[in-house]
Amino acid sequence: MSHATSTTPARDFTLYGETFSSRFLLGTALYSSPQLMRDSITQSRCEIVTLGLRRQNPANRDGDAIWQYIQESGCRLLPNTAGCKSVKEAVTLAEMSREIFNTDWIKLEVVGDDYNLQPDPFGLVEASDILIKKGFKVLPYCTDDLILCKRLLDVGCEVLMPWGAPIGTGQGLLNRYSLRSLRERIKDVPMIIDAGLGAPSQAAEAMEMGFDGILLNTAVAKAHNPPLMAEAFADAIDAGRKAFKAGLMQKRQTANPSTPTVGQPFWHQQ
Amino acid sequence: MMIQVSVNNEIKSIAPATLLSDALQDWGYGDSKIAVAINQEFVPRSTYTERALSNNDQIDIVRPVGGG
Repeated sequence: MSHATSTTPARDFTLYGETFSSRFLLGTALYSSPQLMRDSITQSRCEIVTLGLRRQNPANRDGDAIWQYIQESGCRLLPNTAGCKSVKEAVTLAEMSREIFNTDWIKLEVVGDDYNLQPDPFGLVEASDILIKKGFKVLPYCTDDLILCKRLLDVGCEVLMPWGAPIGTGQGLLNRYSLRSLRERIKDVPMIIDAGLGAPSQAAEAMEMGFDGILLNTAVAKAHNPPLMAEAFADAIDAGRKAFKAGLMQKRQTANPSTPTVGQPFWHQQ
Repeated sequence: MMIQVSVNNEIKSIAPATLLSDALQDWGYGDSKIAVAINQEFVPRSTYTERALSNNDQIDIVRPVGGG
């Protein structure tokens, strides 16, 4: 397979005008302790972290340590609208996020199905349109559907975040054909594979395919050693990016010796 | 005569026309990093001192949590 190397530009990782040196975006949920989250952020070398908003009893201060460590990390905040099932819910939660986190960036999620948490494509486009008109910089969590992605670009999204697999499954890149087609058809827009990855090798493969970045959470948070897994993903993402820039060889059907055949010893004409 | 509002899905009784800012203080959110929506509409912080609560208002109060 030729991959997209010859057709996709090897550009900087620039999202809504900001350039980042790390192509790894890390989630801050599901860690067994705030300290493990903090150490994982450090080892991931990430510059963007995702986070959310939830109802909490005022007496419950559990979230304070997480919030403190996130602030201390110095990372750009990318709040999400996780769990929102309607355009209205997503827009309202985005507005609440903008005020509380003082950022107009939003990872837009509109859930269309409870079983696989699949994005609702129609709600996603409508909510993106509304939020962009309200001044938000929308990073939509979407499927790998080409037409959906085109519609998201039509309403003004400057970044796309197609899924690798359903959230939290660790299944990797379930639909390589769609993802390759997407990358081939949309060359000039940053695309981040968001969700579903379980192993660093899967992240490397996505980067080799020409995707611009990786966003994940569960694969690091639920590892036996989250900080070490964060480092492994960071290394894999770097390796995959280097491989993409270097250009992968063409696959061939038949063997070809790599050592020269000229001068082969022990060969005698019959 | 008290009115009833729903706060994060919990029914609370308050005096009519209580200001949102006063209610938040009473409910223990005074010093918290929060954002508020009433009846699924975002309420900017700058309006807390002007917003009078009405009977059956559904109030959502959220705080930062880890997220993916």
